[in-house]
Amino acid sequence: MLNPAEIEKLDVEAVNSASNRQPLYVARRKIHPKRASGNFRQLKWIVMAITLGIYYLTPWLRWDRGPHAPDQAVLVDLAHGRFYFFFIEIWPQELFYVAGLLVMAGIGLFLLTSTIGRAWCGYTCPQTVWVDLFLVVERAIEGDRNARIKLDQAPMSFRKLGLRLTKHMSWLLIAVATGGAWIFYFADAPTLFRDFFTGQAAPVAYITVAILTATTYTFGGLMREQVCIYMCPWPRIQAAMLDENSLTVTYNDWRGEPRSRHTKKAVAAGERNGDCVDCNACVAVCPMGIDIRDGQQLACITCALCIDACDGVMDKLHKERGLISYATFRDYDANMALATVGGTTPIDPARVRGSDGRFVPGIADFNWRSVLRLRTLIYVTIWTLIGLIMLYALLTRDRLEVNVLRDRNPQYVILSDGSVRNGYTVKLLNMIPQPRTITLRLEGLPGASMSVSGHHTGPEERSVNVPVEPDRLRALKVFVRQPADQAHPERQTFRFVVEDKVNQETSAYTATFNAPGEHK
Amino acid sequence: MKPPAFLLRTIEMSKEEIDEVTGVSTTGHEWDGIKELNNPMPRWWVRTFYATIIWGIAYTIAMPAWPMVESATKGVLGYSSRAELRAELDEATATQASRRTAIKEKSLNEILADDELRRFAISAGSAAFKVNCSQCHGSGAQGSPGYPNLNDDDWLWGGDIKSIYQSIAHGIRFNGDPDTRISEMPAFAGVLEDKQIKEVAAYVASLSNTSSDPALVEPGKVVYEENCAACHGDGGQGGRDMGAPNLVDAIWFYGASEAEIAAQVRAPKHGAMPAWLGRLGETTVKELAVYVHSLGGGEE
Repeated sequence: MLNPAEIEKLDVEAVNSASNRQPLYVARRKIHPKRASGNFRQLKWIVMAITLGIYYLTPWLRWDRGPHAPDQAVLVDLAHGRFYFFFIEIWPQELFYVAGLLVMAGIGLFLLTSTIGRAWCGYTCPQTVWVDLFLVVERAIEGDRNARIKLDQAPMSFRKLGLRLTKHMSWLLIAVATGGAWIFYFADAPTLFRDFFTGQAAPVAYITVAILTATTYTFGGLMREQVCIYMCPWPRIQAAMLDENSLTVTYNDWRGEPRSRHTKKAVAAGERNGDCVDCNACVAVCPMGIDIRDGQQLACITCALCIDACDGVMDKLHKERGLISYATFRDYDANMALATVGGTTPIDPARVRGSDGRFVPGIADFNWRSVLRLRTLIYVTIWTLIGLIMLYALLTRDRLEVNVLRDRNPQYVILSDGSVRNGYTVKLLNMIPQPRTITLRLEGLPGASMSVSGHHTGPEERSVNVPVEPDRLRALKVFVRQPADQAHPERQTFRFVVEDKVNQETSAYTATFNAPGEHK
Repeated sequence: MKPPAFLLRTIEMSKEEIDEVTGVSTTGHEWDGIKELNNPMPRWWVRTFYATIIWGIAYTIAMPAWPMVESATKGVLGYSSRAELRAELDEATATQASRRTAIKEKSLNEILADDELRRFAISAGSAAFKVNCSQCHGSGAQGSPGYPNLNDDDWLWGGDIKSIYQSIAHGIRFNGDPDTRISEMPAFAGVLEDKQIKEVAAYVASLSNTSSDPALVEPGKVVYEENCAACHGDGGQGGRDMGAPNLVDAIWFYGASEAEIAAQVRAPKHGAMPAWLGRLGETTVKELAVYVHSLGGGEE
């Protein structure tokens, strides 16, 4: 067991804490986060591996859709207006599925924030993940915190130049890979990969890679925490999303204060100190440059690295972990009430620890049951409901559709035998990647027959078979004719029915048939 | 000697003054005792601002910009929006070239048989129709009294693709083209008595199942057979060789009432259509023919 005074006190300033923050026009003060290790760091490595893996590898997954459709599992085919996601194919008019997904993502984020706080910010946000990645690279090349500070202060030398060049080139390589991976979502990945390096890809591919390279390099390497503090709206919104049962990274000052490095002296003097030995380890590891001991603050992304740092120190001191921990406001307030007299007196360690050094009974600890509450249940219900509705809509959606545009100029044509003819543009949508023969027929409109321009039909036909290419729309010019003796003076409605007899699919469109009416 | 006021101010400004409250130097600008602190814009911002100024100057040199008395400066890059439009039009023309060549070389029936070429011709013909033909025939080709409706199945000179092409290419009663279609119905005002004209009008109206006075129809039939059947046919079915209208059908060029028919017998009106081959060229006329043929009345 170490004496608190033996714990190294790190010389570090929380540059972004409220008391230290500089006015906006002053140059940023650089943060040199120290390496942290512990459970949360482990978790963050795993999350990083999964998220980066998903991002870089998804475009390379294959999914067989037959010979008439691309075999890329996830593909946004802008040129043809198709979005492929494994077994789902979406046409532009079905984009509401994507909107529904975004709504689900939004509600999911609310749910996450109301239970485990800003977990999105701390673990999965691309900004966090890439900054983490850039920091690893930086650390590998320039060393940990102290080495980096020394290097920053050192005059320019061959060694410094070499290290700097290596670092920035590595960052740029990551940035290019990031921008490069993005474009593969929009075209066949292997083809585009080859074309990209042989200079045959479309200019927009190179432009996109260039832009994303620049943003990745700038945001991940140069701007880092400033993106979260100054650019991102989410820290502002999350303040409204948290409630007293949300988990946040909390410095438990009810057991930490008064902080002191000289416990032995204090004990000798008959005073009692809190658990915090003021070693600044939590500040040194913080990638945001804040001091968590100031309390909950906007700049905190809840990456939990300070928990790891503090737990390490507590272990050395043989004290309970969790001086900095995930805690709800409710528990924190309860413990604070215990440690002080109604919040009016300073924190008294004697009120939370007995003379045996153990916590007194009644110290509130996190209970998983607090996750289940009306608010989170409502989120889960809405989220599930939208998901089920979307799933149902997706499973029952039409893959054969017909859209009809009636000719408006002229509204109708009188033929030499007195019959009335209307013209229509009929669009047959074959939304599966297989060629189909679609039967188009009239329903209603007594005595009427139809003819298809460029398609040989008999004079009295009420149905016609039309081949449609896989995954394509076919527009037909259709003339519908009603004999004079069956003509109706008013506007009539009838239906164009399309049918795929092989797959037993039907769809219909209610159209109107115009006649001269009273003028006749 | 005391320096002038503006110099004095400059000299005063050159002395740096530190604001006591903030510890920031002032710019020396003062209004009613309020001093401006020297908190400059961030350097990246200022540099971007200077860069836009330099860009702006370079742009006005490179591109047409400064208005002069007659026109504007041309710019060293020689850009003009007209030239850009011309280039775009040339490019569009070039992309159409292969299909237009095919239309020029292939026969009308071959174009109709080629689905892709037919659709291209319909689109091109539709555009040409809007520019050249809609003034008389209407934008939907629906016609008006005296101007035929091209959507229906009633054709004065024939509704197969070749007849349509012939009508568009050489016009109707168009003096400037020796191959134009010519026919003229004589005015019967001096030939027939007014009573006979009324009778024949009643008879003609009755041909298309319109109720007419039987007392007029019977003698009208005689008048018709003596004077009209030569061109309009014994049954009134008309004749496409000379553009004689079909009198049996439901479609009337100058009106269906007996009065309107009588007026046409007395002093017939004749429309004329210009020949388009010389003006638009063979390819466009072919496209127009395919378009008109596709409107719904086209015959095999």
